[in-house]
Amino acid sequence: MTTEALVSPPAGGTFGNPRLIGAAAAGVAAWFAIYWQLEPFSKWAVAQMPIAQGSHLEGAVSFFIFDTPKVLMLLALVVFAMGMVRSFFSPERTRSFLAGRREGLGNIAAASLGIFTPFCSCSAVPLFVGFVSAGVPLGVTFSFLIASPMINEVALGLLFAMAGWKVALTYLVFGLAVSMIAGWVIGRMHLESWLEQWVLEVRSAATGLPGEHLTVADRIEAGIEAVRDIFGRVWVWIVIGIAAGAFIHGYVPAEMLTGIMGHDHWWSVPLAVLIGIPIYSNAAGIIPVVEALLGKGAALGTVLAFMMAVTALSAPEMIILRKVLTLRLIAVFAGVVTVGIIAVGYLFNALFT
Amino acid sequence: MKIVKVLGPGCKRCVATADMVQKEADRLGMPVTIEKVTDYAAIAGFGILSTPGIVIDGKVVHAGGLPKTDDVAKWLSA
Repeated sequence: MTTEALVSPPAGGTFGNPRLIGAAAAGVAAWFAIYWQLEPFSKWAVAQMPIAQGSHLEGAVSFFIFDTPKVLMLLALVVFAMGMVRSFFSPERTRSFLAGRREGLGNIAAASLGIFTPFCSCSAVPLFVGFVSAGVPLGVTFSFLIASPMINEVALGLLFAMAGWKVALTYLVFGLAVSMIAGWVIGRMHLESWLEQWVLEVRSAATGLPGEHLTVADRIEAGIEAVRDIFGRVWVWIVIGIAAGAFIHGYVPAEMLTGIMGHDHWWSVPLAVLIGIPIYSNAAGIIPVVEALLGKGAALGTVLAFMMAVTALSAPEMIILRKVLTLRLIAVFAGVVTVGIIAVGYLFNALFT
Repeated sequence: MKIVKVLGPGCKRCVATADMVQKEADRLGMPVTIEKVTDYAAIAGFGILSTPGIVIDGKVVHAGGLPKTDDVAKWLSA
């Protein structure tokens, strides 16, 4: 398997505008300088407020005041870095790489590429149709479609920064497993006839887009553009997520939470998944909640299953996909993914107790 | 006169892209007709995978994300 088809050729030794590169380096340095001051600053800010020390309110407020700038700053850095990485991958390249792949290996490749390929639910339909009409097998397309929102780089980067590399790596490995296996299962069912009729009739010509030659400065620009774009779309979700996390942190008693999401009950995992499915949030918004749940002693497998359900299965995405999939196929897709996520939750709780 | 099609299901960025093309054409003094293509089947027929896309006189020149102003000028004058 070569990566040459996926990665654009090196930019012929050109770096582009040196001033932009210098400004980006200065920006990253300033980022670290500010980030290290966040904790003392938030402690000082909370101490200025007329709140009794050690109260529920104090717990919630200090979580919120410390976490809001922390998550936003981490998100900015992660999105910037990943925006640069992503400029090496485009959906068009991914498709030409996956077209005509056999199932099995194709599912693995599709799920892995889902991590890096830019995806937004507004592009889900053209992407889906584009993949299928170019001869990417249905199951492989689904592997990509499941992986792309669930284990995207933003979720992984934030999880790594806030919950540690072990949690991030676990999420990555098990997320990939769910995407591959669920896509493979759907492919085995041979449900091509359950697509909407027009999808099968699309004849898409390969795009004649010229290969781009990007300089380092171009990639930095892509990173800045990604920050601007993603921030505009997700900051509300993040603030809501942090508020929810702050509430859990300050008010939900640890005994109650471990009682529900701990290791004691067989129904914890399916319950967490069922609660997570209707909740729609960006991966970035759910991470403060994950952090707060873990801090209160919830079982890791249960929490990761909850996070996967929130990110991989969402009502808005299914409504958009209804344009290309029949209801029956949407039901199969949701069912297979749900079962996969529940299995991951159980497996993980069983392995690490 | 060039016929420019902006492909996209009507998201914010698709509208911004159409405006950008119009502005750039005005600046260059080029008469253009801008059509917005919102039908998914039609969009998929052009073979693009991410929106907004730009098609000038039947040729796909851009797919995915806001284009750069310089590039728009280049495509229009090509």
